[in-house]
Amino acid sequence: MDIVQILSIIVPATLVYAAPLILTALGGVFSERSGVVNIGLEGLMIIGAFTSVLFNLFFGQELGAAAPWLSLLAAMAAGALFSLIHAAAAISFRADQTVSGVAINMLALGATLFIVKLIYGKAQTDKIPEPFYKTKIPGLGDIPVLGKIFFSDVYYTSILAIALAFISWFILFKTPFGLRIRSVGEHPMAADTMGINVYKMRYIGVMISGLFGGLGGGVYASTIALDFTHSTISGQGFIALAALVFGKWHPIGALGAALFFGFAQSLSIIGSLLPLFKDIPNVYMLMAPYILTILALTGFIGRADAPKANGVPYIKGKR
Amino acid sequence: MVKRLSHLLVPLIAIILGLAAGALIMLVSGYSVASGYSALWNGIFGEIYYVGETIRQITPYILSGLAVAFAFRTGLFNIGVEGQLLVGWTAAVWVGTAFDGPAYIHLPLALITAAAAGGLWGFIPGILKARFYVHEVIVTIMMNYIALHMTNYIISNVLTDHQDKTGKIHESASLRSPFLEQITDYSRLHLGIIVALLAAVIMWFIINKSTKGFELRAVGFNQHASQYAGMSVRKNIMTSMLISGAFAGLAGAMEGLGTFEYAAVKGAFTGVGFDGIAVALLGGNTAVGVVLAACLLGGLKIGALNMPIESGVPSEVVDIVIAIIILFVASSYAIRFVMGKLKKKGAN
Repeated sequence: MDIVQILSIIVPATLVYAAPLILTALGGVFSERSGVVNIGLEGLMIIGAFTSVLFNLFFGQELGAAAPWLSLLAAMAAGALFSLIHAAAAISFRADQTVSGVAINMLALGATLFIVKLIYGKAQTDKIPEPFYKTKIPGLGDIPVLGKIFFSDVYYTSILAIALAFISWFILFKTPFGLRIRSVGEHPMAADTMGINVYKMRYIGVMISGLFGGLGGGVYASTIALDFTHSTISGQGFIALAALVFGKWHPIGALGAALFFGFAQSLSIIGSLLPLFKDIPNVYMLMAPYILTILALTGFIGRADAPKANGVPYIKGKR
Repeated sequence: MVKRLSHLLVPLIAIILGLAAGALIMLVSGYSVASGYSALWNGIFGEIYYVGETIRQITPYILSGLAVAFAFRTGLFNIGVEGQLLVGWTAAVWVGTAFDGPAYIHLPLALITAAAAGGLWGFIPGILKARFYVHEVIVTIMMNYIALHMTNYIISNVLTDHQDKTGKIHESASLRSPFLEQITDYSRLHLGIIVALLAAVIMWFIINKSTKGFELRAVGFNQHASQYAGMSVRKNIMTSMLISGAFAGLAGAMEGLGTFEYAAVKGAFTGVGFDGIAVALLGGNTAVGVVLAACLLGGLKIGALNMPIESGVPSEVVDIVIAIIILFVASSYAIRFVMGKLKKKGAN
């Protein structure tokens, strides 16, 4: 087995599993950069996965090839709406943001399963009629070697996820809007003094995390899971959270971390095909994302520090 | 006195609002609210069997609630109860299957091992917080997943030879009691409830009556002031996480030595640890409050199982109710705000 062959197994599999993580982690970056801790990413992914599956089941047949894309839009809208609950509790009602995030996760799972049982009479939906399919990207796929590894057996959604990471970086670090988001997360009082509406920026931050989290869940459902059950999203939101921390609250860092964690996840599927990884027990690859995140936080792999005002409700006029 | 009352009022209002939201959901989905909630009621009190099952469910809830509450009193958020519980469960079953001996040695040994294992799992985030100032929330979440994968590996590779379930623990380590089973129409009620209630007394004693507890609470109120008063903030953080983890480990032992009497490979978390957060919050992080809140949540969870059978309502409606109760308790600022407005109106 030569190196190109090995890479053309590893890279596409990594991209498949990384895409939902990248997207959700990016959402977390926006929320936490604005100062709102988002443990609820898992719940937002659940809502996204659920919405995209239901949309696809109801309208997939009529819409044909456009259905998966439109189902992602629906998932984003649902994620953003659902994230409003977290935003209201955390920003307006000064709830403990960790607690509210935990509640969001419980609510998402309870509500979606309730509706699934209501519609289908069992805890599982049917398979979606119009999933995404792996394709060869026209043009890029014909490049020798690189094309075979990166562009000949890939979902468009994976490419979208990587592109969105760079767009997010540009928005956060090169635009006035991004500066505002970051400023309310670092020093809300100073931002308020400069005339920035802290509450509004934080609401926007959380809702962007809803958009991305919904999209991440939708992508997972329409590329990997293909139906919705209680275990469709089981921990991916928390891996995305880990990617966000391991990536030091930076979009490109989150992208890198999510790619690595996606690789670790995909190894449990493709590991047996690869000569080097065949002998490593699966459990180490499964635990790797979490152990690495702890090490990163402790400072063994470059210290990761959260935005200064992350998790602290802003109360006007309080010193 | 007024402050005390509002401490009680907020959880009560949250519970009422949660149940009201559940009623609304049933109404909108075309179910009968009355038959839904009466099925829930019957699922708790309808038969002595259900009462036994409810108390069985309350047992780990008390312990996981105590775990969250104990850490919270020191200003720490132990969201890793789930992981500590799994580690404790596995450790308890390991002692229960690997050793043999008289029950008065074997059972305490299994319980202590579970508490120690859970305590160790809680101690790691504690030490990371104390020494490296790493926020405990992220670390404990990560530790949950490490625990899930690690215990699965241990169960299938160390405790058994590639099985997904260990053998039954020896009778000498079991919490099962034929007497309790008999009086509850052969439910899985076991002696663990006594352990859980004892643990609540211990938490009350440590926090309210001991010097150490005073220090732990002081650190929770104000780290800088306690440091200035000569207390070691680091030590208190580590101690708090250690004891919190021990409670969580015991919660795992309740499942391993009482309810199931074995450990199995899990695809997902038990949920008992996360529900512990709800229990602690609702109980105001006090020992008595935790026991009461555990009764409510245990009742809701077991009662919910009867809802689809008797009224056709999916049991998930109870999960929604619990989530909404947590949201409202967490947003107590909003409840107090509205209550304040109403009071002013009344005064005019």
